[in-house]
Amino acid sequence: MEVYLDNSATTRCFDEVARLMHQIMCEDYGNPSSMHHKGVEAERYLRYAKETLAKLLKVNEKEILFTSGGTESDNIALIGTAMANHRRGRHLITTRIEHPAVLQPMAYLENQGFMVTYLPVDHEGKISLTDLERAIRPDTILVSIMHTNNEIGTIEPIAEAGALIKRMNPQTLFHVDAVQGFGKFRIYPAKMQVDMLSVSAHKIHGPKGVGFLYIRENAKVNPIIYGGGQQKGMRSGTENVPGIAGLAKAAELIYEHLDEDMDRMYGLREMLIRGAGRIDGVKVNGCPGREGAAHIVSLSVRGIRSEVLLHALEEKEIYVSAGSACASNKPQTSATLKAIGVEKALLDSTIRFSISIFTTEEEIRYTIQALEEIIPMLRRYVRH
Amino acid sequence: MFTAFLIKYAEIGVKGKNRYLFENALVQQIKYALKKCEGEFVVRKTDGRIYVDAVSEFDYDETVSGLAKVFGISGICPMIYVEDEGFEKLGQAIVSYVGKVYPDKKKTFKVAARRARKNYPLNSMEMNMELGGMILDAYPEMRVDVHKPDIMLNVEVRDKIYIYSEMIPGPGGMPVGTGGKAMLLLSGGIDSPVAGWMIAKRGVKIDAVYFHAPPYTSERAKQKVVDLAKKVAAYTGPIYLHVINFTDIQLYIYDKCPHDELTIIMRRYMMRIAEHIAKETECLGLITGESIGQVASQTMHSLMATNEVCELPVYRPLIGFDKMEIVEISEKIDTYETSIQPYEDCCTIFVAKHPVTKPNLNIIRKHEKHLDEKIEELVQTALDTDEVIIVR
Repeated sequence: MEVYLDNSATTRCFDEVARLMHQIMCEDYGNPSSMHHKGVEAERYLRYAKETLAKLLKVNEKEILFTSGGTESDNIALIGTAMANHRRGRHLITTRIEHPAVLQPMAYLENQGFMVTYLPVDHEGKISLTDLERAIRPDTILVSIMHTNNEIGTIEPIAEAGALIKRMNPQTLFHVDAVQGFGKFRIYPAKMQVDMLSVSAHKIHGPKGVGFLYIRENAKVNPIIYGGGQQKGMRSGTENVPGIAGLAKAAELIYEHLDEDMDRMYGLREMLIRGAGRIDGVKVNGCPGREGAAHIVSLSVRGIRSEVLLHALEEKEIYVSAGSACASNKPQTSATLKAIGVEKALLDSTIRFSISIFTTEEEIRYTIQALEEIIPMLRRYVRH
Repeated sequence: MFTAFLIKYAEIGVKGKNRYLFENALVQQIKYALKKCEGEFVVRKTDGRIYVDAVSEFDYDETVSGLAKVFGISGICPMIYVEDEGFEKLGQAIVSYVGKVYPDKKKTFKVAARRARKNYPLNSMEMNMELGGMILDAYPEMRVDVHKPDIMLNVEVRDKIYIYSEMIPGPGGMPVGTGGKAMLLLSGGIDSPVAGWMIAKRGVKIDAVYFHAPPYTSERAKQKVVDLAKKVAAYTGPIYLHVINFTDIQLYIYDKCPHDELTIIMRRYMMRIAEHIAKETECLGLITGESIGQVASQTMHSLMATNEVCELPVYRPLIGFDKMEIVEISEKIDTYETSIQPYEDCCTIFVAKHPVTKPNLNIIRKHEKHLDEKIEELVQTALDTDEVIIVR
């Protein structure tokens, strides 16, 4: 039985999405900037996508900017804001457990003379609002906090942070990386006082290479890509029409039965946590129950290197990831796991299971069974 | 502007009666290398020389770097042909050649004319003088130096007139296929690809064996070895890469033998398996990337312990090299970047903190006896499930 439990890395595309994209690539392939009928037809897909996404977030469709995915959205949000507001201040705030798509642009900005405060997290991966309050200064131009952590599934208190930031400094912009949260939760940026929100399509059963950034109207952000002036000059380059249409279709489908789907996924997560947690020397990272995301289970398995366990599971056709797959093809220890205080011996022994709406109870049962078999077997052979 | 290459070869020239064998092998290897280059070429052997003529448009840089990977070539001279239409025309051609090839004229030169066709109206000395004079007239900044010229301008009168002055060094050595075949123990490290390259440079055809230990080593580690084999194959021609699943043997040794002897015993089984495949595929020897003292399993004592299980000679071309010297070659042959990708290979996964560095052969043999019950069966299974990947 093939069991794909690496849905935080990427997901299987919805058939309906793939069909729609195929049609756009082979039949409705016009350039939305073209003046003829083919162009108008293509533009219609863009408009429809904007409407769909705006409706889901309860925002204005003018506030949706299509990008090449989560990483680009984060880059525009961070670098674009810094460039547009550096005269007002040069201080930014983020957390220690962000995705590299946030941490690396932050490091770049530090090199450019900006100052960045990295908020610590508790052992479950949550930031403290008191820390945030203390960090905000008159010259703070941006706070960036992820919605859902990609390695351990912890959900950050976004609405509370939003209210706090605006109370402390109404000028400060608030960016949220919702790559792991979108499609799992109902997220309304306006209500949460979020100015920018990053989303990626391939985490919600859409295509790779496309995503969007919500930018609140009047938020001052500069483009980082220049050219033909598409998307009102905010992001030049011919729009990825099939990708964008696929993104909107996937979002539509994923929110269609969100509540039932999440209930079911929380059930599966609970089942996996209980089953795996019973095995000797297995520790669950992150928040239990509804405090954590429905799709992520992080386990530390004492005495076994994650890479070995991953490949042993692979032999049983179970696909998981070691730490965070997006960034984990280089064997580095994870900043998130360190930040939540996972002991050193377990840092390199942590694997992540991530489920999707396609995951079944039978697959989870099979996975628990496999873990029960593999873990004692691998423990027999260790390095001395 | 160049339309042909004169191929210079060093050592083949001194071979006696077998010379034609070496030359034919070199022609074969050159043709093989040119297949990957854009353009059509004729490789011809005339007057005891090898020429590559381009018979269509071709990519000069690609062709030169392709030829520079053919063992047996010591130098590649890009060349132009001029039809014999009188000495005046030849002079113009030479002047224009110098004009194009040497934009910077502050150089010394010498004309070296040679006549294969002795009925040419001028003799070599006269040609040298006349042509030299024409060049000086055209480019007054240039100077003649007959002892150590910057530019040695070769002008050869044959069926046509051949003009060349530059030489791009080749890798040297001898054409692959003239020296039999050997089996390389290829890991994902820096050393073994270099070792294979060095032996292949002496005209030896290479096959390789890689020991894979899933789930302890990943598919990417295997891909890395295939990538390395590909880099080496750019010089040696197709490599048959044997992938042996070594996990069960390794775990069995782990169960039965002292852990500080694990690496040595494991390597002894690797050698046995490699030799078995080598013999079946008509290899005349094994190649390893070992160098004395680099790691515990490469001390003189350890080498003796791994060596004794083989009948075939084991070639260790890096035996006296320092790591830096090996790295230098791996950079030159473009395997370094691939080698340093951080995927674990099967030699390191169970390695003891303090492996024996001076293994006692009698003790090793005694401990290997603990494996008697199942090891033959495991080795046989490993050999039966040998996966062969043809890497080109």
